Amino acid sequence: MANTPAEVRTARSIVLAVLTPIAAILLSLLIGAILITAVDVNPLRAYAALLTGAFGSLNGFSETLVKATPLMLVGLGIVFAFRTRIWNIGGEGQLLLGALGATLAGLYLGGLPSWLLLPATILAGFLFGGLWGAMAGFLKARYGTNEIIVTIMMNYIALYGVSFMNHVPLREAIGIFPQTDLIVEGARFGRLLPPTRLHAGILVALGLAFVSTVVFQRTTLGYRLKAVGSSPDASRYAGIEVRSTVILSMVLSGGLAGIAGMSEISGIHHRLMDNISSGYGFTGIVVALLGRLHPLGVAVTAIFFGALNVGADSMERTMGLPSPLAFILQALVVLFVLGGDMLTRKAVRERVRRLWVERRT
Amino acid sequence: MLQMHNITKAFSGTLANDRVHLEVESGEVHALLGENGAGKSTLMSILYGLYEPQEGEIFLRGEPVVIHSPRKAIDLGIGMVHQHFMLVPALTALENIVMGLPGHRGFFLDRFQATTRIKDISSRYGLDVEPAVETWQLSVGVQQRVEILKALYRDARLLILDEPTAVLTPQESSKLFRVLRTLADQGHSIIFVTHKLEEVLEVCDRATVLRDGKNIATVRCADVSAEILAEMMVGREVMLEMKKETTQPGQTVLEVEDLAVESDRGVPALHGVSFHVRDGEIVGVAGVDGNGQLELVETIAGLRPPETGKTRLLGQDITREKIRVRSESGMAYIPEDRHRHGLILDFDLSDNLILRHYNAESFSRRGFFLPHSVQSFSDRLLEEYDVRSAGSRTLARTLSGGNQQKLILAREIHNRPSLLLASKPTRGLDVGAIEFVRKRLIEERDRGMAVLLISTDLEEILALSDRILILYEGQFVGELAAEDADAGTIGLMMAGGSNVTAEDRE
Repeated sequence: MANTPAEVRTARSIVLAVLTPIAAILLSLLIGAILITAVDVNPLRAYAALLTGAFGSLNGFSETLVKATPLMLVGLGIVFAFRTRIWNIGGEGQLLLGALGATLAGLYLGGLPSWLLLPATILAGFLFGGLWGAMAGFLKARYGTNEIIVTIMMNYIALYGVSFMNHVPLREAIGIFPQTDLIVEGARFGRLLPPTRLHAGILVALGLAFVSTVVFQRTTLGYRLKAVGSSPDASRYAGIEVRSTVILSMVLSGGLAGIAGMSEISGIHHRLMDNISSGYGFTGIVVALLGRLHPLGVAVTAIFFGALNVGADSMERTMGLPSPLAFILQALVVLFVLGGDMLTRKAVRERVRRLWVERRT
Repeated sequence: MLQMHNITKAFSGTLANDRVHLEVESGEVHALLGENGAGKSTLMSILYGLYEPQEGEIFLRGEPVVIHSPRKAIDLGIGMVHQHFMLVPALTALENIVMGLPGHRGFFLDRFQATTRIKDISSRYGLDVEPAVETWQLSVGVQQRVEILKALYRDARLLILDEPTAVLTPQESSKLFRVLRTLADQGHSIIFVTHKLEEVLEVCDRATVLRDGKNIATVRCADVSAEILAEMMVGREVMLEMKKETTQPGQTVLEVEDLAVESDRGVPALHGVSFHVRDGEIVGVAGVDGNGQLELVETIAGLRPPETGKTRLLGQDITREKIRVRSESGMAYIPEDRHRHGLILDFDLSDNLILRHYNAESFSRRGFFLPHSVQSFSDRLLEEYDVRSAGSRTLARTLSGGNQQKLILAREIHNRPSLLLASKPTRGLDVGAIEFVRKRLIEERDRGMAVLLISTDLEEILALSDRILILYEGQFVGELAAEDADAGTIGLMMAGGSNVTAEDRE
């Protein structure tokens, strides 16, 4: 009984889920190599520079993890929404709101006991991002509004709303730049490996990746989210409250993106200003999809994307290659993964069909 | 007309058709009978050029033919009406019918000429269809007629109908049967794929029975009974008539008072109905589809808010309670559409079995599942309810309809609820599964469950109910005890003739 067909199939689909992204990455590197050769650079040396840049030094590796942290957190948030089949494209806005919440906590909650201040800052980031997400969730649950459009539009409200906060009400005391004052020491993430910028945010992100895995595999909450995501109708008929589940999913999704924003404030900038996110809220969606909507897959993919960005910068410096190559590689990986999905899904369909025929006799 | 000889087709080593023979004469309605998975669909797919057989020959009007594509099948005068219609909803009936055919005026469609031809075919076979109406506006029965017209328009002489009555009401079915007889009388041959025995006896001349991919027999329908056919299909004796003792119902379990409900379109669907169900009885709600059954059962289940009226379960007012509270107070529900509402097809069997109770103490503590409890619970239920599968980790999607229904039944009644709402519980199932489900319902009744059975299948209502309510246009127009009920009386009431007296029955 060790290998029932169902178990074999599950095992195979896990293998496929891991193999497809790896094959996609290899193919992207191959096409990237053609581009690199076209500008008369040896692609092997270029990729060696990329690897060394991302992992070859303590500073490089730290930077990779620093870049991976917000991607991982947003990606985890996206996993919660997408597993519930809610297409939350509002990670960017939720991240900015989380940054705002954390900044407010860091500016005004300085009186809290020191052991409470950092958790309170994280909570503030979570709540601001989560409530921002919950608005789209509520509109979808109550009025059936399309969450894609609402979350995209709310990104702009967040972007310019937070920018307004920087320019007017929260502007630093000396009033020169559109930025807030520095948050108090106790609301900041500690540096893990000074002098590098690596901060405790990566530990929070990895911890939450682990927690999310447990949520989806072991808890009734994860079950409920997946049930509503797989069939809202059947869930409703079985007595699951679909509306509240949709809102809850968006709170968790936005909340995790909010912690990403909080982590950028507490770990890097220590104050709120414009342009704190270089599109992490959007790249996080790609990270989630590439990580197969699995928390651990997201963790690995986020580090890969972090490495790609850091490595491409170093490629630019040492080989004179333009750093946007990193974006080209990212885009290629996405395309190949989507293509690979279509191929494997067809294979899966075929296998199910065969299994069905076998079963009938 | 048609001879299929020694057809053999294997899928990855399994024989779906094992040297199957099929002979169909001109002017005959020929039933192809068998349980789900007996090889009917494979055989028809071969005839229609969708699969190629590994062995065997096909003769059409005495000539050997090779059918390697549906195109070729159509050219040979073979038409197929699939169970799931192949119509474009946004196109009119006419456009669907002529789609893909060369126009008579070059590139352009000659609507006038096509309309004339369609009207001609329609009237010849009694297939009334309004050619200019867009297909999405047509009822299922009419859409099916469009499919048949599509085949006839292409000069089909041999029509394959794959489970054509699965989606029809009894009225639509009998209308279809008249069409089929007319077609046969005018020399067409019809292969009627089904697992419903009454229909075979009603409309077919001969029947070929398949089981496990093999021929069991070809018989004249006049010479056999439903029992004999069922035994051929299943391979053992089948109880078609459920034996059931009369029981003495006890206390009132469900009490519905003056319930008024609107349909999805916002028009009144139920006009203040009142009734009750006691423990140890099966109350059947008979009626033609669309007379308020859906609204009735969904309102009791808590899926729709009523406009007025009260629902009481064991004396407790549950009119405004949530579904979860209802099921905790002992209500269970087998929905009509098991794919959309009954199961999460992409969840495995185990996860489907805990769908209603995943929060219960026995499966989780403080939000964390107890995997061993869930596992042993689902293994026990799969065994007890005879769900045939490759284990509890199989996806619900891969099960046959019968096994899916057993899965739902297991989930809903394993904890002995006091009330079961069963909406068309055997729709689309094969004979073996129907027998299982019905037997189980009667057993549960005998153990004291109150069952509200909603069905458009009169045979099912008569086989199971102790008391029958007839729903017509959102109101109960009659109530009969099982011993006073017969199909004729109920049929009249279903059509709106209330207060049927003894004379009317004659």
